[in-house]
Amino acid sequence: MQDNLFKINETEYILPGSRACQGCGLTLAYRHMLKALRENTVLTIPASCLCVLHGLYPITPVTVPCLNTTFASTAASASGIAAGLRALNKTDITVVAMAGDGSTYDMGIQALSGAAERTTDFIYVCYDNEGYMNTGTQRSSATPMGAITTTTPILTKEHSKKDFVRIMEAHDLPYLATTSPAYPIDLYEKFVKAKRIKGTRYMHIYSPCPPGWMFPAKDTVRMGQLAVETGIVVLFEIEDGKFRFTGRSKTMAERGKKQPIINYVGKQGRFRKMSIEQLNRLQAWVDSRWNDYLRKAEG
Amino acid sequence: MADVRILTGNEAAALGVKLCRPNVVAAYPITPQSQLAEILSRYVEGGEMRAEYVRVEGEHSALTVCISASTVGARTFTATSSNGLLYMHEQLHWAAGSRLPVVMCVVNRGVGAPWSIFNDQQDSLAQRDTGWIQLYCRDNQEIIDTIIQAYWIAESLYIPVMVCYDGFVLSHTMMPVDIPDAEEVRGFLPPYKAHTLLTPEAPRTINSVLFPWRRPNPEGVLCDGYMEMRYKLQAAMTRAHGVIQKANDDFAGVFGRDHGGLVWKYRCEDAELVFSGMGSIANEATVAADLLREEGIPAGVAGVRTYRPFPREEAAEALRSAKALVVLQKGLSYGYEGCLTSDLKAALYGTPLRIPVVDVVAGLGGRDVKAREIADAGRDAWKDLQAGKQGNRSLWLNCYTGEDHAG
Ligand SMILES: Cc1ncc(C[n+]2csc(CCOP(=O)(O)OP(=O)(O)O)c2C)c(N)n1
Ligand code: SF4
Repeated sequence: MQDNLFKINETEYILPGSRACQGCGLTLAYRHMLKALRENTVLTIPASCLCVLHGLYPITPVTVPCLNTTFASTAASASGIAAGLRALNKTDITVVAMAGDGSTYDMGIQALSGAAERTTDFIYVCYDNEGYMNTGTQRSSATPMGAITTTTPILTKEHSKKDFVRIMEAHDLPYLATTSPAYPIDLYEKFVKAKRIKGTRYMHIYSPCPPGWMFPAKDTVRMGQLAVETGIVVLFEIEDGKFRFTGRSKTMAERGKKQPIINYVGKQGRFRKMSIEQLNRLQAWVDSRWNDYLRKAEG
Repeated sequence: MADVRILTGNEAAALGVKLCRPNVVAAYPITPQSQLAEILSRYVEGGEMRAEYVRVEGEHSALTVCISASTVGARTFTATSSNGLLYMHEQLHWAAGSRLPVVMCVVNRGVGAPWSIFNDQQDSLAQRDTGWIQLYCRDNQEIIDTIIQAYWIAESLYIPVMVCYDGFVLSHTMMPVDIPDAEEVRGFLPPYKAHTLLTPEAPRTINSVLFPWRRPNPEGVLCDGYMEMRYKLQAAMTRAHGVIQKANDDFAGVFGRDHGGLVWKYRCEDAELVFSGMGSIANEATVAADLLREEGIPAGVAGVRTYRPFPREEAAEALRSAKALVVLQKGLSYGYEGCLTSDLKAALYGTPLRIPVVDVVAGLGGRDVKAREIADAGRDAWKDLQAGKQGNRSLWLNCYTGEDHAG
């Protein structure tokens, strides 16, 4: 995969004036994702930062048609859209459901699992900012262990992050990929590919969030890169059951090197209360997952 | 030649749905609705009905599928009962707030805890403030006819409609049903047109966040705020009175059956003792009225077919000659009284009619209610009236309340 910014679709689908925060990783990801999906796309989104990004009625900066739905129902909403379009013989439209980690990992898991089991023809995108950001940075089951949130303010989050991508793997999807706005080409190419495939495609975007993670807004891309370079986030895709590292994670796997997680954790205010014991546990968790992926890549 | 078949309520409902040709059906099984979900599956798999059938993993998703499919221009159907309906609650508001003409059958059943699979109407009564139109059926003929009218009403007003019928009492009981002719239904019910389409041809964000006030769009046109949208729903509900009556009358014109529109009347013209109720219990009350008439008590029934919007004027009109009112209902607002009692009392407020009202809670969780028992309740009300007692009363019919069960 040759990084080449010139081949990215030049049309903008998010105009200036979004209501997201400065340095929002989600916005960056969304911008490139929409460029890859292009015009013939409809979206459905639940309550979330993404819903806020879309602006206040009657003005929106987003030029792609979008249906708001309730917090737990994003994938069911996509099922309804897909069923309706099919019934009306409009089969050339890409249906996309996009939700935060909170609604995906927690309330929305039922509808998502159901839609995936029914092999609904849609792309589900989870942007993972590791917390309920829209409601003020509360803990979700995607929040990493040791992080301060507004509902784990003193003791920090006690439990490990749920490995949601593995749950989705277990649904035997035709396409599943992880990506990050820090690597726009990786993200772009994966969405271009996802659009071409039929059935349920699951896309997981790690989306750094300056206010929620407590780092300066200018460091979003750096934070996304560090997540990958420390192995906390792994870039890969699984197409028809075949696992493949991509981008930076691929080079890291080839060279057998990754940075210690302290390089990532130490740069975010949310981890400032993390104990040494927690740090070691998190490092062990990252190492063990990384080794799992290495084994997977060997086949 | 009329096509008359002996059908259960669920079978009649399924045929009604098929005649309306929905594009998308989504349902999740629950007793006593299950048979309806099963028959529709058979229609779709057997090629008798051309629809996408989404076998969802829960009722919240069932209604979500209908909502979203409706937004891309599909006619939709779902059905549920009891806890399934409660599980949809969030989406009930979402459907009405989005002004989507989803039609749903509610096969009425008591709600847990504790579990009861048997009939009452607490499930749909508890949803009365969600912005849906609620129509209650008396028999299986009315079920099939009401479903056809429901689509017409929903799509005229952009308000979702619940067609409610009693579990087991109707859903699993066979009755002769005259099946409307498919071509005539086609003529009666024009194709569905969405008010706002989700389509790449005209991109927009639907149902985005609102501020309390009105806000101009980029062209400077002031657009509705949350409250204006809510007012429009209420105004449409007010318009619904006429639309429901018209659906009833036009339907009667084509198919020859008149179900009364908002309120149906039985021997009401000169009735001094009037029963009211919804669904099969009100039908049972007609038998009680006959029994009382044989005894010389001028009894009648004013049945409420349309519960929301509430037919305030039609109900007051039906009660014109009443000297006492006995309200039979299979559901209540805990801490107050039967839901229909409150609504009827409110409808009488400000009219010259100042009559005693007996609030009868009956048939909860499938407890049997016989015409004879309804007649007894009526006779007691009549005796009180003759004795000059003017106060309102509450009564739990066929329920052991002795030795102060309170608490
Ligand atoms: C049924 C329900 N419960 C709670 C909420 C409140 N709520 C709105 S957004 C949100 C958090 C969203 O978190 P996530 O999905 O991670 O998206 P993010 O805000 O981080 O973008 C919550 C809890 C809701 N809208 N609906
Ligand atoms: S809180 Fe985080 S995810 Fe939400 S808009 Fe702000 S930066 Fe983006």
